[in-house]
Amino acid sequence: MKEFSVLIGGKAGDGIKQAGIMAAKIFGELGYRVFLYDDYPSLIRGGHNFCIIRASKEEVLSHNNQVDLILALNRETIERHQHRLKKGGEIIYSSRIEGVSRGVGIGFEEIVKELGGIPIMKNSAAIGALSALLGIERQVLDGVFEKNINKQLDLNKEIAGRAYAEIKEVLFKVERLDSEPLPLFTGNEAIALGAVNAGLDLYIAYPMTPATSILHFLAEQQDRLGVVTVHPENEISVATMALGAAYAGARTMVGTSGGGFALMTETVSFAGQAEIPILFVECQRAGPGTGVPTYTMQADLLFVLNSGHGDFPRLVVAPGDAEEAFYLSGLALDAAWHFQIPAFLLSDKHLSESIFSFTYPEGEREKPPMVAWKGGEGQYKRYAFTESGISPLAFPGQKGCIVKATSYEHDEYGITTEEPEKIMKMQDKRLKKKEGLVHFLEKTEQVKVYGDRDSKTCLVCWGSTKGACVEAALELGLKVVQPLVVEPFPERQFRQALGSSNRLIGVEVNATGQLSRLLSSYGIHMDSTILRYDSLPFTPDDLKGRLKEATS
Amino acid sequence: MRSIKELGTYAENTWCPGCGNFGILTAVKKALVEAFEGGMKAEDVVMVSGIGCHAKIVDYVNVNSFYSLHGRVLPPATGISLSNPELTVICHAGDGDAYGEGIAHLIFTAKRNVDITLIVHDNRVYGLTTGQFTPTSPEGFKGRSTPKGSPERPINPLELVLSAGATFVARGYSGKIGHLKNLILEGVSHRGFSFIEVLQPCYTFFNTYSFYNERVYELEEGEGGTSDRNLAVSLARKWSYDSVDASIPIGIFYKEQRPTFQERILGDRPLLKRKGQDVFGFIKEAV
Ligand SMILES: Cc1ncc(C[n+]2csc(CCOP(=O)(O)OP(=O)(O)O)c2C)c(N)n1
Ligand code: SF4
Ligand SMILES: [Mg+2]
Repeated sequence: MKEFSVLIGGKAGDGIKQAGIMAAKIFGELGYRVFLYDDYPSLIRGGHNFCIIRASKEEVLSHNNQVDLILALNRETIERHQHRLKKGGEIIYSSRIEGVSRGVGIGFEEIVKELGGIPIMKNSAAIGALSALLGIERQVLDGVFEKNINKQLDLNKEIAGRAYAEIKEVLFKVERLDSEPLPLFTGNEAIALGAVNAGLDLYIAYPMTPATSILHFLAEQQDRLGVVTVHPENEISVATMALGAAYAGARTMVGTSGGGFALMTETVSFAGQAEIPILFVECQRAGPGTGVPTYTMQADLLFVLNSGHGDFPRLVVAPGDAEEAFYLSGLALDAAWHFQIPAFLLSDKHLSESIFSFTYPEGEREKPPMVAWKGGEGQYKRYAFTESGISPLAFPGQKGCIVKATSYEHDEYGITTEEPEKIMKMQDKRLKKKEGLVHFLEKTEQVKVYGDRDSKTCLVCWGSTKGACVEAALELGLKVVQPLVVEPFPERQFRQALGSSNRLIGVEVNATGQLSRLLSSYGIHMDSTILRYDSLPFTPDDLKGRLKEATS
Repeated sequence: MRSIKELGTYAENTWCPGCGNFGILTAVKKALVEAFEGGMKAEDVVMVSGIGCHAKIVDYVNVNSFYSLHGRVLPPATGISLSNPELTVICHAGDGDAYGEGIAHLIFTAKRNVDITLIVHDNRVYGLTTGQFTPTSPEGFKGRSTPKGSPERPINPLELVLSAGATFVARGYSGKIGHLKNLILEGVSHRGFSFIEVLQPCYTFFNTYSFYNERVYELEEGEGGTSDRNLAVSLARKWSYDSVDASIPIGIFYKEQRPTFQERILGDRPLLKRKGQDVFGFIKEAV
């Protein structure tokens, strides 16, 4: 089998995500590339949770609506998702659910009870049964449990083993592949790791889905990764604390979703004026307002691009998968420090919380170094005029200099000024940095092209929509263009990527086609758009349907 | 080592003649010179300010400074001191700044016991925006946004920070420069969050010189400044910021030792000296 998908569902509190991760790890262990989509409502108990694990011999960056297997811990799972089953698909279910027409019922709860476990351990039983039904060797199952479970490992293993033993017949055999297993990371973990790889010292955040897991991950791993995490009183404090830390020399990142970012915008502008490097991670969710907290949308692009009053250069990047997230968070942090500007990484629920088989970005990344003050003659000037507009950085505590940073318009030394000539000169100095930024970005891959490069029809997408878009396009023989950098907009690379395509279709998860609107301002017009804004991501199968409609 | 004169800058001073900020500026400079004589390094001092008349002080003192946004004095100061705990961070905020726009930060900085010093230039009016009422203006204060008189009662900032958990709480008066200088030195050497509320007449919009001169008195040795919270609260309540028939104590109200935020967060590994960001090893282990 080239690929297969399993849906695991139950109620919130059943440990559905943990079960999904275990299944993904098992498939990963066998050499499959996996993608895990995690769907959960904004509540802690009750409600319906499910995840779809798609395993494939090839790279996989999205899930499909259709699945081969449903692993149901409650009736609702079957009722809600039965329609997704492919022909020949099967349901593995708790035998407490009565009246199921096909598949295999197993007494998950009974096994747990018999062995003295607690209710949530039925997900271990479910994973045991799933492994057996897929013909997966017992050692693989045990190995994954041993690597990933700390609490009550033996009991969980025993429960999984009992369920495994109850299965007499293999439904379909999942073969072991030749490929080496890959690590599995969420988009948020990849963002965090990319930043740490670029020397992140400090991560500051106030919890807000779907950014919260960056905070959880880095807080948990802080000693291992050599970072410090802080959770202050609100996002205003988060962002200004980060700026203070960066002024004193710490590479700092902050993360939030749209609502929290709204509170941070005063700092965006402050960072622009004071020329203090900072990386903002904005994990979008369905808005406006509190919106739909645990579901996805790409509707903050124009907000982030335009956030903060006044004119100043900024960098905005938008990764579409975990590998790009790792690459771009590092690049954005380095660029923020080289150019002394605010940088932004746009993610969304679908990228942030989905799990990917992680591969390293190929080749060496460009690493612009910090421009450090080297001491020497004369007084240190924090905002010294230079050819590039970049003033050498020094930090308080450093010998022989006084570092004056300020939110007011200022002279080279950092003293407030209201003189028109000085004001204009300092504005020009800051804006000058954009030229260097553009020049630097030219050396990097800013726009990606996939699919049939000669296709006249080209899909234009950004962020997590890339996964579904590329897959659908490959099957339909179309081309896809995806900008990784949206500001400064890589117009030349983008036009080159479009090439001779003359039918442009914007594909976005928002209601108004925000990237399409941005592109119009550069004179690049979409012929049509395919938009989804029901808070769910595109899947290749549904997108193919909409593309066929659109191109027929 | 810098002298008072060397601590000045070329910035033109734009405070109104008679402004209480001059007294605070002099006290700060004197305190710094004394601290330098005691071995503190000038490059290790960072002044942080909000926005308002008070905040101009950072332009007038030749040390490292972070001229922040209105209300945002304490979070960046926390960031600075987390980044480099060896720095001496002295914050300047207005009453609008500290008790209005940034009040959440004040409560939390006290709660965390961040090892920094906050000097509030409390003129009980918005100076820079030309005379509106603030959280410490008396009830009935006729400011430009309240021509019929402030409809609100003032808060008592000392009581507020005491209940929030500040470990050093003091009040000074810009008219008593020597006393204020000593408070600043005590605050700076205190390990933990030092809160110094300074009564500062605004010559132009709320001239309180004679009001304070008639009422302010210095706490005697032993009258406060211990870890007796009840005593500190009762001293703080002697004047409600509203009453006219009270005497107003200045001095150290409260002092206590408690682990600082920096110590709790960083342990023995200062942020900028941490080693071993082995991302690739981490990823390898994750397989
Ligand atoms: C976010 C924001 N809101 C409003 C202002 C306008 N503003 C500047 S100073 C100030 C009040 C200053 O009062 P205070 O903090 O008491 O300082 P003072 O001028 O009295 O020293 C205000 C409202 C601002 N700069 N930023
Ligand atoms: S307005 Fe008041 S506080 Fe501001 S400088 Fe003038 S006297 Fe001082
Ligand atoms: Mg004031």
